[in-house]
Amino acid sequence: MKQLIALNINEQIYEVPVNPWDLLADVIRNKVGLIGTKKGCEQGDCGACTVLIDGQAVLSCLTLAIACQDKKITTIEGLAEQDGQLHPIQQSFVDRGAVQCGFCTSGMILSSKALLGSNPKPDLEEIKRALSGNLCRCTGYKKIIEAVEAASETMSKEGVK
Amino acid sequence: MGVWDKEQYVREGVPSFQDERKFTQVGRSVPKVDSPAKVKGEAVYTDDMVLPGMVYGRIKRCTEYAHAKIKKIDCSKALAYPGVLAVITGEEAPNKWGIMPQVGNETVLAIDKVRFNGEGVAAVAAVDEETAEAACDLIEVEYDPLPVLLDPFESLQRAKEIQIHEDAPDNILHEGEQNYGDVDKAFAGCEYVLEREFKTNMPHQGFLEPHAALANYDPQSGHLRLWSSSQIAHYLHRQIADVLEMPMNKIRVTVPTVGGGFGGKGEACVNEFAACLLSRKIGRPVKVTFDRSEVFYTNKGRHPCHMKMKIGLDKDGYIQAVDFDNTLDKGAYAGWGVVVLFYSASMIHLPYKVPNARFRGRCVYTNKPSTGSMRGLGGVQPRFAMECMLDELAEMAGISPFELKMKNAVESGYTAVNNMYVPHTEYKRSLQKAVEKSGYLEKHGKLPFGKGIGLAGGYYITGTAYTLYMAYKPHTSVLLRVDTEGGVTLHCSAVDIGQGSNTVMAQMAAEALGIHFEDVHIQSHDTELGTFDLGTFASRLTYATGIAIRDAAEQINEKLKEIAANLLGCRADHLAIKDRKIYSVFEAERKSIEWEKVVEVAVNTVGSLAAMGHFSPPRRRGFDLTSGKRAQGANIGHSPTFGFSCQIFEVDVDLETGKIKVTRVTESGDMGTMINPMAADGQVEGSIVYNLGACLYEEQYFDENGIHLNPNFQDYKMPTIMDMPEMDINTLTDSYDPTAPFGAKETGEGAVQPTFPALVNAIYDAIGIRFTEVPITPEKVLKALKEKKEANE
Repeated sequence: MKQLIALNINEQIYEVPVNPWDLLADVIRNKVGLIGTKKGCEQGDCGACTVLIDGQAVLSCLTLAIACQDKKITTIEGLAEQDGQLHPIQQSFVDRGAVQCGFCTSGMILSSKALLGSNPKPDLEEIKRALSGNLCRCTGYKKIIEAVEAASETMSKEGVK
Repeated sequence: MGVWDKEQYVREGVPSFQDERKFTQVGRSVPKVDSPAKVKGEAVYTDDMVLPGMVYGRIKRCTEYAHAKIKKIDCSKALAYPGVLAVITGEEAPNKWGIMPQVGNETVLAIDKVRFNGEGVAAVAAVDEETAEAACDLIEVEYDPLPVLLDPFESLQRAKEIQIHEDAPDNILHEGEQNYGDVDKAFAGCEYVLEREFKTNMPHQGFLEPHAALANYDPQSGHLRLWSSSQIAHYLHRQIADVLEMPMNKIRVTVPTVGGGFGGKGEACVNEFAACLLSRKIGRPVKVTFDRSEVFYTNKGRHPCHMKMKIGLDKDGYIQAVDFDNTLDKGAYAGWGVVVLFYSASMIHLPYKVPNARFRGRCVYTNKPSTGSMRGLGGVQPRFAMECMLDELAEMAGISPFELKMKNAVESGYTAVNNMYVPHTEYKRSLQKAVEKSGYLEKHGKLPFGKGIGLAGGYYITGTAYTLYMAYKPHTSVLLRVDTEGGVTLHCSAVDIGQGSNTVMAQMAAEALGIHFEDVHIQSHDTELGTFDLGTFASRLTYATGIAIRDAAEQINEKLKEIAANLLGCRADHLAIKDRKIYSVFEAERKSIEWEKVVEVAVNTVGSLAAMGHFSPPRRRGFDLTSGKRAQGANIGHSPTFGFSCQIFEVDVDLETGKIKVTRVTESGDMGTMINPMAADGQVEGSIVYNLGACLYEEQYFDENGIHLNPNFQDYKMPTIMDMPEMDINTLTDSYDPTAPFGAKETGEGAVQPTFPALVNAIYDAIGIRFTEVPITPEKVLKALKEKKEANE
């Protein structure tokens, strides 16, 4: 039985018909059409589907869409400025070569955003721990860490959240 | 590192128009052209695509058995299920396919019998994914189970009783022998001879984006379009044509953004054929995306190798002979098997001088999913054996492994006994640099028990010498178009799978044309928009496209210089093009004109400019009319040039838990010029962690019936960020191969070669145990420590 629910994604309200068992990842991708959220394993192992729910990094492939009403969902599409300027985390991923195939990138950036939201100046171990649920098969992680460090620097300098 | 060091290329007193190494666009660490779209979540991967009228396909798989006769497939219930549009079985597409057409023996869906657990037996198209899945459950298949062969030696032994393929009575895909010099005689004269056996695992590529394909057949025109996450648009194109019995010119293959490949998308895949067949059947677009378990069922992971190797050194420590016997576990189908077999054979000839060499090998069918091409194809396994044995031989000879390797390392201009030619190498300097930066000589053999340091070297090809089907056509062609509207557009069907070829091609085109990297538009990833390219494998793209781009750019430059010479009133051969200016090298102040101005004049007078550039690899094999013989060797394994590297691993072995922690990796590679140093570093760092995983954690497990036990990322463990060691990358910044385009060689696969042995040698240094099987799990470490303790008591 489908029911109509309202989801607040990137500060926009989407009314979508969902089954009670529909996963947030599928609803975001197939019904809302925000394809930046990726599905790599569908079992919560790879982290590619990470989104923010009320600022916390959450695996959208393990989350029921119906349970996300009245919550603030942020996907990768909600990070850049209105005028298309990249968020400092996005910019530093580009500048530091932290992107290869790009399939883990949305999840990596959102996990980083959640980290820097609660801990603006994380040390190496804290960065590693925050990103430990996000697999990347291309980069060897080094440039991703450098990108998060650089973003932390820029954000605290510019007062960006 | 990361930032281009302009000074490294400058030769004092030589002007840039006389020094081909004075680059402005090559050597820049520009961000990859596709990364802004990727960080915004806007890059479109195949599964992200939706076409009008699109429906969903799904494969019905045999999950119960690994080897069974198909008695009956009943699709009637599935066909009657509301929302189901079509069901196909193997008989509808019986043509066999494979990346090597000579031996290709896969069918889209199993016909008569299944040969591995998870093989497809039918495919469904339905209005949505749920319906397609439900319909698969309604397909009834009756099987007659057959005995299962999981070990290649058992396969060989029981071949009379059980055959996996009718046309392979010995269960052997291919076997071969290569003899160079006199190995037995050489061993007889050796001072140190060592013989060891090694066994490697079956890791999977683990790309994060599962296979996805979308096909759209247009019944009116008879044209088929296929979008797929593939590394090999061209080989895929050919195979689709063969299986669907359609001419290639009615099929267009487009590759959207690819979420990683590492060789795993280097073969055609069932979802691609199924999407095409179903779309042709119903005249609507069909998308088939795999879930993660299907990626593991499809597999094409690394060939497990059972290797016996014997190496002999003379009294002075020079290698005199290598004897190598390799039994490869092919899994169920041929795929890349023959290539992998002979690559493993060629790997003993470099990076050391080996005057006498023998190889015997066989690629054996088993009832496992088919193995395929995985990063560093054919090299990782023998490199593991050889570098570990040289470590042990050095100990026997009482010298450091570094000294032994320096002594035997090849030099530029070396021709191996199998006729492989190395135009350029800085391998010795790679060894020296890594040793110096890591403090290897001070630490090796001197660290406390549980801590260790290990060294290994390696090399890899920069593209192949031959196509996988018989042809002598160029391996890459580019079309360079210059006009006043589009500016500069480079057409080439090469596929960027994340390594950055689109960026690197733009940098090379800009360098060759004397303009800026930002000025070049790339049209790639498409067999119709792009000109011919063989594919993304064998670390071939930078070199192959580089030569073709330079070829095309020279033709464009010649035309522009002729026009500029007229405009400037000087000789065309006095002109140089740099930084968007065409100028006389003798009268630059008076005779200089904007590049764009000349293009405008060219377009207004003769029209848009276009030039084709081609790359054909040098080949070493052929018929010698003088001797009347066919030159032996240097076929599979030969390459225009080779990349080299050295890695030094430092480990900490937890004696209580058996867990191995890699604390630090010092790397020094010779990849010639780095076209984009930041991207090149990314390849090296990625390679190290990639094979660190395969060495310590990754393995696919099958039960005694051949059922895949860990077809998911929960149970198949790849390195996370927590496993990342400190990495010190010291790629030689002044290496330059004068025979290569812009001096550049491979980097994508060379850096995975030394990882296994460097790590295993470090473990030996730490706990005095030489492991000969990977992955080296904590259980194995604890067991070995216990055995060692008992032996000492």
